[in-house]
Amino acid sequence: MHSAGLRFNTLITLAIILLGALCAFASVCDHFHRPNVQAHAQVLQINRFRKQLNRDDEVTLTMNISMDLQSTFTWNTKQVFVFLAAEYETPKNSFNQISLWDHIILSKEQAKIEMQIVNKYPFVDQGSNLRGKKVKLVLHWHVMPKTCGMIQDSLFLSDFDLPQAYI
Amino acid sequence: MGFIGDTVESIRSIPIRQVLTQAVSLGMIVTSALIIWKGLMCVTGSESPVVVVLSGSMEPGFKRGDILFLSMSKDPIRAGEIVVFNVDGRDIPIVHRVIKVHERNDTKEVDVLTKGDNNYGDDRLLYAHGQLWLHRHHIMGRAIGFLPYVGWVTIIMTEKPIIKYLLIGALGLLVITSKE
Repeated sequence: MHSAGLRFNTLITLAIILLGALCAFASVCDHFHRPNVQAHAQVLQINRFRKQLNRDDEVTLTMNISMDLQSTFTWNTKQVFVFLAAEYETPKNSFNQISLWDHIILSKEQAKIEMQIVNKYPFVDQGSNLRGKKVKLVLHWHVMPKTCGMIQDSLFLSDFDLPQAYI
Repeated sequence: MGFIGDTVESIRSIPIRQVLTQAVSLGMIVTSALIIWKGLMCVTGSESPVVVVLSGSMEPGFKRGDILFLSMSKDPIRAGEIVVFNVDGRDIPIVHRVIKVHERNDTKEVDVLTKGDNNYGDDRLLYAHGQLWLHRHHIMGRAIGFLPYVGWVTIIMTEKPIIKYLLIGALGLLVITSKE
């Protein structure tokens, strides 16, 4: 009745159930955590604004960004993936979202960022609709835990208007 | 006569009820695994609710051997989400992050561009020749959660099939020889 195999089986089953429960508990804890994120972004300069050969508009810009994501870190956080997105509407597309800059934060100490950046990924529209367009800058962050569910959130930062003519 | 006769006799002596019970319990194990898989498919809406990460292109977020749970809801796809997608002409699905989204006004059809966190450039080189965007039908699901290390079991089994056959054999023996 109490053979070695049976004991081993019970032990493994219990260990797996406990690990699963701990995992679920950690994830539930994370969902009650309410971070308070402060961030600002400001467009300093439009470096280049032109129509590409395939008629799509392309923008290169320099921005000042500052953010404090320290409060998103909990004991179950492996990393925070943060990115700054340009969001706008065009007649053809009801929603356009282009990541301009992203960064992986591995520890709470590195979660305070203040820097001047040029867009890391090309800001290219589908078509030529960007002249005079109002573009929203939104900061998104995805919290990746050590186990279980991922959490995402975003914060609207500012609007800016692109020039009426190509530069 | 001697050896063969003994063998036949020993097979005859196995009670028919015990054999039937074992067959039923084996069937229960197989069907309950199937029920769990199909149930997950129903709940998550994704055709493969669990995938194993095979490459290091999403490090340090996901390492090789991590298990991802996918869901495929009706919600629109947005930048920053980690999606699992199939590219025409490639067998193995890829897990990468969305960096660009264009959603049509009328049809709500989306054009999506992805990139691996650990890769330098975007994924246009990985897509089929001449393909610029991913569409809804390429995407199998988005990652909603993950468990580390568990996927190593499947990686080891696919890379060293002998271990898989040994394991299946051992489990089969265990089921057949168990008395209850």
